[in-house]
Amino acid sequence: MIPELGQFALILALLLSLAQAFFGLAGAWRNDAGWMMVARPAVTGQFVFVVLAFAALVYAFVSNDFSVNYVATNSNSQLPLFFRVAALWGAHEGSLLLWILILSIWTLAVAALSRQLPLTFSSRVLGIMGLISTGFMLFTLWTSSPFLRLMPAARDGADLNPILQDFALAIHPPMLYTGYVGFSVAFAFACAAMLEGKLDQTWAKWTRPWTLAAWLFQTAGIALGSWWAYYELGWGGWWFWDPVENASFMPWLAGTALIHSLAVTERRGIFKSWTLLLAIFAFSLSLVGTFLVRSGVLVSVHSFATDPTRGFYILGFLLATVGGSLALYAWRAPKLYSPGGFELWSREFFLLVNNVLLAVAAALVLWGTLAPLIYEMLNIGKISVGPPVFTLMFLVPMVPLILFLAPGMHAAWKRGRLTAVAKPLWALLGLAVALGLLITLGIYGRANWLGLVGFIAGLWILFSSLLEPIQRWRAGHRITGGVAGMALAHFGIGLFAIGVSGVQNYKIEKDVALKPGSTFTINGYTFRYVDAKPVEGPNYDAIQMHVEVSRNGRVVAQLDPQKRRYRTRQMDMSESAIDVGWGRDLLVAMGDDLGQGAWSMRLQYKPLIRLIWLGALVMAVGGVVAASDRRYRRREPHRELERGAHPEPRPGESSPAQPAGAVQTVPVAENG
Amino acid sequence: MWKFLLPIFAFIALVVFFALGLKPDRDIRALPSPLIGKTAPVFSLPDVMDPAKSVGNAPLAGQVYVLNVWGTWCIACREEHETLLALAKQNVVPILGLDWKDERDRAQAWLAQLGNPYSAVAFDDKGNVAIDWGVYGAPETYLVDKKGRVLYKHIAPMTAEVWQREFLPRIAAAQKEST
Repeated sequence: MIPELGQFALILALLLSLAQAFFGLAGAWRNDAGWMMVARPAVTGQFVFVVLAFAALVYAFVSNDFSVNYVATNSNSQLPLFFRVAALWGAHEGSLLLWILILSIWTLAVAALSRQLPLTFSSRVLGIMGLISTGFMLFTLWTSSPFLRLMPAARDGADLNPILQDFALAIHPPMLYTGYVGFSVAFAFACAAMLEGKLDQTWAKWTRPWTLAAWLFQTAGIALGSWWAYYELGWGGWWFWDPVENASFMPWLAGTALIHSLAVTERRGIFKSWTLLLAIFAFSLSLVGTFLVRSGVLVSVHSFATDPTRGFYILGFLLATVGGSLALYAWRAPKLYSPGGFELWSREFFLLVNNVLLAVAAALVLWGTLAPLIYEMLNIGKISVGPPVFTLMFLVPMVPLILFLAPGMHAAWKRGRLTAVAKPLWALLGLAVALGLLITLGIYGRANWLGLVGFIAGLWILFSSLLEPIQRWRAGHRITGGVAGMALAHFGIGLFAIGVSGVQNYKIEKDVALKPGSTFTINGYTFRYVDAKPVEGPNYDAIQMHVEVSRNGRVVAQLDPQKRRYRTRQMDMSESAIDVGWGRDLLVAMGDDLGQGAWSMRLQYKPLIRLIWLGALVMAVGGVVAASDRRYRRREPHRELERGAHPEPRPGESSPAQPAGAVQTVPVAENG
Repeated sequence: MWKFLLPIFAFIALVVFFALGLKPDRDIRALPSPLIGKTAPVFSLPDVMDPAKSVGNAPLAGQVYVLNVWGTWCIACREEHETLLALAKQNVVPILGLDWKDERDRAQAWLAQLGNPYSAVAFDDKGNVAIDWGVYGAPETYLVDKKGRVLYKHIAPMTAEVWQREFLPRIAAAQKEST
């Protein structure tokens, strides 16, 4: 009964989101306030019924209702309660329902927080979001309902895929989807602005906190996925350039570009069509990712079960949303052109560089992900694009990006002079070079160009991101959320760059075979294999190995990796054991039983790898701080575009206006 | 204003590729064997029935034959076994078996219980010959011509339909060729 109620609630939610879409868009078009007023209650109703549908499925999982096909295929009575709930989004149908729930939460938040916006604009935004949720609900009900019954009921479930039985992976999809779906808000704002035919600085101010919120969730979600892959897949890698990972990374790149482009639009009222395009891209790439993961056009290690009907549906949906918004863009964006100049080496110039490099990076990742498909379709042959190619390709835009970051943060708006901060920046660069050389040559004993550039750029970013907050603090100015958030996020980038440079250049991985009592030493750490014994888990049996790690005669870590066999699926999983440290991680993963107590195992030394996820976490916190800036919460009358407005002076910006033509001026070509 | 149309054109091109990628008959995991058209690796291994005897493909030189890779651990091999027995009865070409990464007593029991469609079965417990042939997984079936060249490779269980469509026409053409 409960699953049927869930299905019914989802159908009602679909009807309400249709109402939300129709009255939101048609009401704004007819300028009928009565119609427009319908959109908000429809959002609330939709949210309530989606929550009911979701609760019905949670109930089916928690109560082990194996008469529901989806529960029977993805859960098991022996599965611990936490994973029984997380199993809900362990496969295609349930994860779609999660997606719908998150979309309805975002929509509710937009409905609640957009009351001070002009009515036509907010109802257009809600209308667009209603169209998106209509599309996803129709998809779920038509091709992928999680509520379908299994007749006769299964006695027990087939269990959740053991790979997914893990804390980080259990919370990774909700986090990531919150990011993916959150970009729909910026998308809806962009479409609404194009429908209105008006886009000003106020619009950018409304859009920015929503974009930051989506971005920070996505940053955290990607970092969680990477952390999970690192310890759960057992082989110590932290990024694999798998299509599914790329699917989450491309919207992140576009979203990062969007945040920066919005900054220019908010401050200067330029880059408008570029901002619109990025807002469309960030969400479109989320949808493209959904298509790639769920349609079966690409091979991936963790793609969902596939079905061509689903593929065709998503493709149709993609065509409607992305095609529709891009058509709207082609029609309306030319009218939104606003002239405005800036000089070489000004803040706008650096942000333009940032945008171009991030867009190039996203395009390269897209190309690498789709190349196997495109080659096959053009009959050139079957190819696969491996991590070395991706890494190399990705470095091309990334190295200049991180080198431009430190001066870019401190460039003045409009005017291309860095004089006010040039001295400290050069000094910090000198410090970064000295420290970079010290770390690479002094601690690790060798250096290559790429590693050295990575360390130096990372350190330079770390130091210079603190420059502005410190200067403001010393001058007695208030440090706003925007300034602090930007400093934090960039500080995170610095940590990330240092972490990547450390791991990629100085990691050590050894595959060895050891007998009980024997040892193997890497980089001063002696791994002694003590013994192995069987242990029993709730839904698996395992062999657990005990390894003692010592350095200079002192024991530094006790590691107990496991090799598990999950009973229901008879699937083997290697659980690596990790000794975590700021300076390095030590990993042991079990390989194969070689007989007589001997095992093959992989020993790893990973310097600075923690900084990768710490950096991502700091970036996300920076997002939180920036999004909570007071200026986004201030209620203020609708302000018409003020081109070149400088609401508050920045340090080093007190010089009088430049005489026209005295310095080189770069004309702004909108759209890059 | 053409530059504002650029994004939508690029997107439409992408959609065309996506739509082509969804063709139902497209086999995403199909991997063309690099051996097609090349000389098949020659091997000689112990006979699965009798370790003292050896089985190889050298004696089949000058004949068209089929090599079927299987193992008792492979469920899909069990699925294709009835088909192989039927094909063996037709006796069009000899079917050489390659028992891959298996245990001898299990393989013998399998053949005794289910019937033996093979002219002979080579026992590749280490999997070295399978590596030479570029075997990805079981079952796989190779077609070799009179000159010892690999003509075709089928991944997944053999079915009557695949045999009719892919193998028989190639066998007929290959048998017309002189050695």
